[in-house]
Amino acid sequence: MTVTAVRKDPAALTMTLTAEFDASPERVWQLWADPRQLERWWGPPTWPATFTAHDLAPGGHVEYHMTGPTGDEAHGFWDVVEADPPRRLVFVDGFAHDDGTPNDEFPRNEGRVTIEPIASGRTRMSIESRFPSIEAMEQVLAMGMEEGLTLAVGQIDAILADTPVHSA
Amino acid sequence: MTTVLDADRIFAAMADATRRDIVLRALDAREGVVELAAHYPMSFAAIQKHIAVLERAGLVTKERDGRRKVVRTNIDALRLARGLLDEYEALWRGRIDRMTDLIAYSKEIER
Repeated sequence: MTVTAVRKDPAALTMTLTAEFDASPERVWQLWADPRQLERWWGPPTWPATFTAHDLAPGGHVEYHMTGPTGDEAHGFWDVVEADPPRRLVFVDGFAHDDGTPNDEFPRNEGRVTIEPIASGRTRMSIESRFPSIEAMEQVLAMGMEEGLTLAVGQIDAILADTPVHSA
Repeated sequence: MTTVLDADRIFAAMADATRRDIVLRALDAREGVVELAAHYPMSFAAIQKHIAVLERAGLVTKERDGRRKVVRTNIDALRLARGLLDEYEALWRGRIDRMTDLIAYSKEIER
């Protein structure tokens, strides 16, 4: 089990997920610090991410977009609040317009990443996500991420609504 | 970087033990802001702010009960939040799986 703990607090709209890797903290930090590696895990295979700007320093800016199965793009950005390689990264994740400028119509969420060595060359990484509202959570999930779970539910509803009910 | 500062201020108000407690106390919607504030060793204004944040997040509502207003936890919203957090967990589990694969792959390349 790579993921060792998950703590979800619906009253505070937070989730903290802890995972362990068979690698050094430096190696785990590279997953965030190297945009070409980041592209290989941030988006699911159906919505791969492309990072077009990547300044992982305090006050730095990161720009990315995710490309869906039909070619539509969802743009996002990070504002880096803290970056202390290879231990800590704090960023605000928001939606962006197609030109990469922040779209302030959408709320932002915050990610706090902590990376620490544990016994026998292994590393523990925890990520704490905070959302300002339920709506913000819905929007992040509807961005097409993770096979478009939220959208899929909507599609099922639509199919059910269209299906005539036959009496037995 | 005013955007970072603004966002930081917003998030500084989140994930707070007091707010969790307010949500629990407001489940039966018997207390108003004044009564709720009496439970905590902080100012009335501070509690008022916490409740405003919860209201904006859709987790509590204020409703009239006779002459006063009581704070009620929105259980549907709480359930919705729970379901969305489950989806968000699935999203991050997918990411962690891909990170693990990437580390394993780079080890193979080194070999």
